[in-house]
Amino acid sequence: MTSLPEATSKKLGLVIDLDTCVGCQACATSCKEWNAGGYSAPLTDQNPRGRDPHGTWLNRVHSYEVGDDAQSRTVHFPRSCLHCETPACVTVCPTGASYKRASDGIVLVNPDTCIGCKLCSWACPYGAREYDTDDGVMKKCTLCVDRIYNETFAPEDRVPACVRACPTGARHFGDLGDPESAVSQLVKEREGFDLLPEMGFKPVNKYLPPRARRDQTAASAPQAAEQAVDNSSSLADRFFAWADRSLAR
Amino acid sequence: MHPAYSVIVFTTASGAGYGLLIWLAIAAALNLVPHDPVLGFFGLGVALALITTGLLASTLHLGRPSRAWRALSQWKSSWLSREGIAAILTYVPAGALGLGWVFGEFVPGQIAAGAWLAVPCALGTVWCTGMIYASLPTIRAWDQPLVAPVYVVLALATGGVLLILLLAVFGYDVRWAAVVSALTLALGWFLKARYWLAIDTANKTYTAEAATGLGRFGTLRPLDPPHTQPNFVMREMGYQVARRHAEKLRRLSAVLLFVLPILAGLVLLLDLPSWMQIAVASLAALSTTAGVLTERWLFFAEAEHVVMLYYRGGAA
Amino acid sequence: MLNREPDIALSEPSADEIKTTTCYMCACRCGIRVHLKDGRVRYIDGNRDHPINKGVLCGKGSAGIMTHYSPARLRAPMKRVGPRGSGEFEEITWDEALETATGWLKDVRARDPGKLAFFTGRDQSQALTGWFAQQYGTQNFAAHGGFCSVNMAAAGLYTFGGSFWEFGEPDWEHTQYFMLFGVAEDHASNPLKIELGKLKEKGVKIVAINPIRTGYGAIADEWIGIRPGTDGLFVGSLIHELMRAQKIDLEYLVRFTNAHWLVIDDPKGAGDGLFARDEAGQPLAFDKVTGALADATRTDIAPALVGTFKLPDGRSGRPSFALIAERFLTDEYNPDKVAAATAIPAETIRRIARELAHAAFEQQITLDIPWTDTAGRRHEKTTGRPVSMHAMRGISAHSNGFQTCRMLHLLQILLGSIDCPGGFRYKAPFPRPTPPPNKPARAVGPNAPLKGAPLGFPQGPEDLLVDSGGKPQRIDKAYSWDAPLAAHGLMHMVITNAATADPYPIDVLFMYMANMSWNSSMNIPAVLRHLTAKDERTGEYKIPKIIYSDAYSSEMVAYADLILPDTTYLERWDCISLLDRPISGADAPADAIRQPVVAPDRDVRGFQSVLLDLGARLRLPGFVTETGTPRYPGGYPDYIVHHERSPGIGSLAGFRGEDGKSYGRGAPNEKQLDAYIAGGCFHEHRLAPDQRYYKHANKAYLDWAKDAGFIGTSAPITFQLYLEPLQKFRQAARGHGAIQAPATHRTRIEKYFDPIPFWYPPFDGAPGENEAFPLSAITQRPMHMYHSWGSQNSWLRQITAENCLYINRARAQKLGIADGDWVWIKSPLGRVKGRVRLMEGVNPDTVWTWNAVGRRAGAAALDVDAPEATRGFLLNHLITELLPEREGGYRFSNSDPITGQAAWYDLRVSIEKAAPDEQGETWPQFVPLKRPVLADAEAAA
Ligand SMILES: Nc1nc2c(c(=O)[nH]1)N[C@H]1C(S)=C(S)[C@@H](COP(=O)(O)OP(=O)(O)OC[C@H]3O[C@@H](n4cnc5c(=O)[nH]c(N)nc54)[C@H](O)[C@@H]3O)O[C@H]1N2
Ligand SMILES: Nc1nc2c(c(=O)[nH]1)N[C@H]1C(S)=C(S)[C@@H](COP(=O)(O)OP(=O)(O)OC[C@H]3O[C@@H](n4cnc5c(=O)[nH]c(N)nc54)[C@H](O)[C@@H]3O)O[C@H]1N2
Ligand code: SF4
Ligand code: SF4
Ligand code: SF4
Ligand code: SF4
Ligand code: SF4
Ligand SMILES: [Mo]
Repeated sequence: MTSLPEATSKKLGLVIDLDTCVGCQACATSCKEWNAGGYSAPLTDQNPRGRDPHGTWLNRVHSYEVGDDAQSRTVHFPRSCLHCETPACVTVCPTGASYKRASDGIVLVNPDTCIGCKLCSWACPYGAREYDTDDGVMKKCTLCVDRIYNETFAPEDRVPACVRACPTGARHFGDLGDPESAVSQLVKEREGFDLLPEMGFKPVNKYLPPRARRDQTAASAPQAAEQAVDNSSSLADRFFAWADRSLAR
Repeated sequence: MHPAYSVIVFTTASGAGYGLLIWLAIAAALNLVPHDPVLGFFGLGVALALITTGLLASTLHLGRPSRAWRALSQWKSSWLSREGIAAILTYVPAGALGLGWVFGEFVPGQIAAGAWLAVPCALGTVWCTGMIYASLPTIRAWDQPLVAPVYVVLALATGGVLLILLLAVFGYDVRWAAVVSALTLALGWFLKARYWLAIDTANKTYTAEAATGLGRFGTLRPLDPPHTQPNFVMREMGYQVARRHAEKLRRLSAVLLFVLPILAGLVLLLDLPSWMQIAVASLAALSTTAGVLTERWLFFAEAEHVVMLYYRGGAA
Repeated sequence: MLNREPDIALSEPSADEIKTTTCYMCACRCGIRVHLKDGRVRYIDGNRDHPINKGVLCGKGSAGIMTHYSPARLRAPMKRVGPRGSGEFEEITWDEALETATGWLKDVRARDPGKLAFFTGRDQSQALTGWFAQQYGTQNFAAHGGFCSVNMAAAGLYTFGGSFWEFGEPDWEHTQYFMLFGVAEDHASNPLKIELGKLKEKGVKIVAINPIRTGYGAIADEWIGIRPGTDGLFVGSLIHELMRAQKIDLEYLVRFTNAHWLVIDDPKGAGDGLFARDEAGQPLAFDKVTGALADATRTDIAPALVGTFKLPDGRSGRPSFALIAERFLTDEYNPDKVAAATAIPAETIRRIARELAHAAFEQQITLDIPWTDTAGRRHEKTTGRPVSMHAMRGISAHSNGFQTCRMLHLLQILLGSIDCPGGFRYKAPFPRPTPPPNKPARAVGPNAPLKGAPLGFPQGPEDLLVDSGGKPQRIDKAYSWDAPLAAHGLMHMVITNAATADPYPIDVLFMYMANMSWNSSMNIPAVLRHLTAKDERTGEYKIPKIIYSDAYSSEMVAYADLILPDTTYLERWDCISLLDRPISGADAPADAIRQPVVAPDRDVRGFQSVLLDLGARLRLPGFVTETGTPRYPGGYPDYIVHHERSPGIGSLAGFRGEDGKSYGRGAPNEKQLDAYIAGGCFHEHRLAPDQRYYKHANKAYLDWAKDAGFIGTSAPITFQLYLEPLQKFRQAARGHGAIQAPATHRTRIEKYFDPIPFWYPPFDGAPGENEAFPLSAITQRPMHMYHSWGSQNSWLRQITAENCLYINRARAQKLGIADGDWVWIKSPLGRVKGRVRLMEGVNPDTVWTWNAVGRRAGAAALDVDAPEATRGFLLNHLITELLPEREGGYRFSNSDPITGQAAWYDLRVSIEKAAPDEQGETWPQFVPLKRPVLADAEAAA
């Protein structure tokens, strides 16, 4: 399946809101937890109690600071596979284990045919492919393909584990190929963007930028009355004169 | 990029093997060497052994070597798949050439046909190897027009040095081989120098700000990593070699890979006793081997992957 | 063939069975669904119906599997066989363990029950553990509140009968302006995240006041990088500005607070600063209608808020509000004056005050909800000032936290925004009367239970637990002159005090779920010495016996003599009770249970059941029947259902009565737990619309709450802007009354027990004052780790296996320190080595690190060279447990002088680059702990 489908009927993906993500790691651990027993099982860990613990995770959350001094911001940044439309991770794959599904655009690895050559991880600019050393095959975000169509689940649970868990509601799932979908609308409204568009991989997942800060509001301008200082009496006297009124209990 | 030994051994060994194969094929086709079965046996034996060792080493790099055969299926899009196919295809003419050379021709023109077909196959295989790297836009140091040509020329150069040694051992005239090798080495040096210049001056087009889309707020600096100990991506793509150290290694590899073998080639033009010829050719072979291993190590170690922008910030 | 997409199983069931229970990866208590497959936990997700988390799950909760299956789990009861701290244990049977404990405890109870100190850390069953202490007869009981956030609890409960912490929440739906003070993660972990996400969606402005900008601060609209310990100046300055702009809700004040109560002005007299009262003891106010004094609680008066009035006895009195206004209108709280100390520009303070006033007064909300007040007046609409605030340990973990927190409540109340639409709202069982009526119980004597619960709320010197010489009667010195309002005790002082016999030695220390030899103590090297100190004469340990219940091989396990291994949270019954720390929302009181979803595969028992067993073996009243047989032979679930605190009131409020139809009060119901399980392991009672707001003065609510057993009376709850109990202590320090403060404590009480909130510099040095230790050093909770529990989870420790010291970039440059350098962090107590990371979003005078990431080598079944031990570090080693000597050589604990709250965040340090050969490893290093016997056979081998 190394050749990409001409077009996919859907473009399922995630929309991640950098304005509300607090970096809680719920999307990372819920992803690990779901997938460690699901389609991607096993998701192994190396040295879990030792000096150098690491393992296969399909979703990782960075935190950054952007800008200098007072103008700077802290931004939390979850990163997983973007299910690109024209990803080289698929075309470089020598075995066809890496493929993009024609029906919904999900990029998957077939764990039964992957030889673990790691070339796809070299081809992915987004660091979304993680080689499982113990399992000998490549792993990546599956968009929780074994959840989103799972007929044993209640309909509202047919969403990726990370979306289901995210406490702040910073993660959205849907069809980005349908301009009418809620996610497409959200992207439009909030000017969602692609990561490294120059790379030409056409990511399906979109990121919503941090909103402009409202550190000044309409209310924050000094009011005229407040500014007109009456110097004839002390602050306390003025206040007491104001507070000395008839107040019903 | 992490310089994996299996990959370094693979590219250097198979490169030299294909280079030697090509030279022997040309020599056979043009009758530059006598069709001495012992020479053929050892010459092509060494070439094919190097190729095979390389290919086997490359499977060590795989998580599931037993499934390696699956890598032949995606020739339409994958350079790795193409390389595999080309490598296997090369065995056919190379085998024909070898059998003809060692045991005598079974069919008329077998040696010439095998020789002439082996050359493009071997060149193609090495070209594919180069293209595996050269086709990755994620790694600026590899996404360069000179990458595949350098692979090919270095294969020819390292194979050429082996050919000299072979001829010397068998007591045949080495002069033509010395000239050809020296010329290929010189070309290799020229191309590699151009390559180094290119990667040193190429614009770092990708930035952490673009990678995250956060450039509108200013310079981006990582605060907390996703995981405090290095993960697969960081181990695989995050290898870094200090600039000063890399400079030194570049000079070392240039001396070992180009300067000394070229000098050796020139020396071999002199009328030397055979033991000295063998000694000089051996030194040249050792030097090229060390040089090409260093060059290959640097090829990985100096290559920066854009994904590290997410981990380190900056540009790539 | 190769080119066809493979068929994949899209509808694999996630479980053979899904069971609901309550998460305990942190104290937030979210509802979870545990997916069980082939007898193992396959996956955990959030329960969508649950009031706390509404289906979402945080980073810890989603990693629950790895805590449940942690190789650090203890396997069986153990007795110590090597020296304390060595970690050498031998497994014993439960019978032997319980008999040993019973023997020790029986003996102590027969001599002096107070020689048992029972402290229960991160307990969620204090209704039971407190009752055990009471029936046993020891006053020496508390849980973790004293080192956690008692400043917050006490300040709120004494002031308005509720609190931040988990006793209330903003009216998320209606609020228009939200201020978050000193919160990194909170006990309301998921609720905060859910609601912050929604506020962002709605465009409600969020202001984070925090020296550090991470997590919630990162998504706030405005981050105010305040200097630690100076919030009182900032808040006072906001009050100053609001008063200057005359943006105070006076109507609200006279209706719900003691603003109009007259305070006696009689400088030399015994009554100075107390409220003027009539014969019936009712407070007096000046009624502007009649021009005479009147019972201030009457609703038919128009009370004066300013003026000086003659009292019947000739003294004069002033409305407390006038005194308060006077304080905040002084120049001391002028934005220009506080800007330098707080590191907040004066203009920012003025602007925030304007924004607050705008939201409160220009964006007033009116809901179509009629309600009736306690005077019987019906209001057709419910109006509110949509300004809300939340605060936690950034405020409370300072030695000025009580007063600062009171000031925050004062600000809320001046704006009229407590329990109104858009404001801060109570969660049942709050509000409770102010000040809370229950008092701490006193020791009675051998073999006798206490007459009441050990913890309570003193209202004056007469309620203190001190002997006639003023000496503390509790081991932690709670309710003594050291910390009169120590409503949660001072668990952080127990080990130190017991080992130094100050005020006296004890016989048995019994602890549960607190890592007291590591991350929950101050000055760990000293604590470790105390735990192993021996009496030179007898050769016995100074703390002779230590019993401890933990579920994992924590640092504390190594220091105990007898280990009672607990289950994991998925293996036991638990009760999240309205008698303790419930999970109510503002609109709906709620409680919950934990049910065992998997059976333990080791010889471990739920601690609560063990405690009931111990109580029965000790034949404690209430734990045995008349015939002496165990009263709750079925263990904790038996107790949860059948125990009645008072007739009809028990652990769970839902499904009471024989038919299971009563709420709050009702006979025990045999089917109660089944009913909870059927409902997702929680029960929610939705309040009627007319009960939802102004609960402190809402007749329908208060009547109902009294019926449900939440409160003893349905009288309105009056906000204590002016806190008279503090003045009573002050008067005692001035030499008035029968019980007077000892001379050593008088200046301290005089200074800090101000009935009007004020700011004073934290004890460990005022900002900018301390040349030798110029930086504040604080910690934050990482959202994905829970104290030291996190690092024994094999997934969570991959996210954070080591911590750094974060320093402001510009400041570090001045100090010549680069990113990645190793530095010495020094305090007067000692030094710790850590690696530096530079950042912009931190106050330049502040350094910080993630809390409780550093572990002792060998703990938690980690390899000895784990980064937690070799590179991770704790600031706790640098935090002194005792303040420098005062007059007479006395050393007060490093705590708030009023409540005894541990002042973790007062720490001040200096930073110095480590030498080149000192890079790469943390310091101090302790002797690695031997691994006790663990659940994981491999780990034990
Ligand atoms: N520097 C600094 N120090 C601090 C703080 C700070 O902010 N900065 N915060 C303070 C505060 S607020 C707190 S609350 C304390 C917290 O400190 P601790 O209360 O000590 O918290 P934990 O490290 O979680 O340790 C609790 C113990 O409970 C055990 N445990 C876990 N699960 C179970 C279980 O199911 N059953 C039993 N029986 N045991 C279990 C763990 O193994 C651990 O040994 O730390 C305090 N220390
Ligand atoms: N993930 C996770 N959740 C937890 C816990 C955990 O360990 N991990 N622990 C639980 C426990 S026991 C508790 S007590 C709660 C505590 O919950 P929080 O109160 O959120 O706890 P801290 O992490 O101590 O956060 C204190 C915050 O106050 C800031 N701060 C420090 N000094 C000042 C100051 O002077 N002024 C202001 N304005 N801010 C200041 C710090 O920068 C920090 O952001 O969390 C609970 N929830
Ligand atoms: S993000 Fe990477 S792995 Fe995912 S589709 Fe794009 S290139 Fe492939
Ligand atoms: S690692 Fe597996 S999926 Fe990736 S390119 Fe190689 S064979 Fe394909
Ligand atoms: S969609 Fe599923 S696999 Fe992908 S990041 Fe989210 S949880 Fe992980
Ligand atoms: S779960 Fe949501 S808030 Fe938490 S890190 Fe992931 S995207 Fe951010
Ligand atoms: S906040 Fe997280 S860890 Fe805490 S109870 Fe909820 S899900 Fe569990
Ligand atoms: Mo706490």
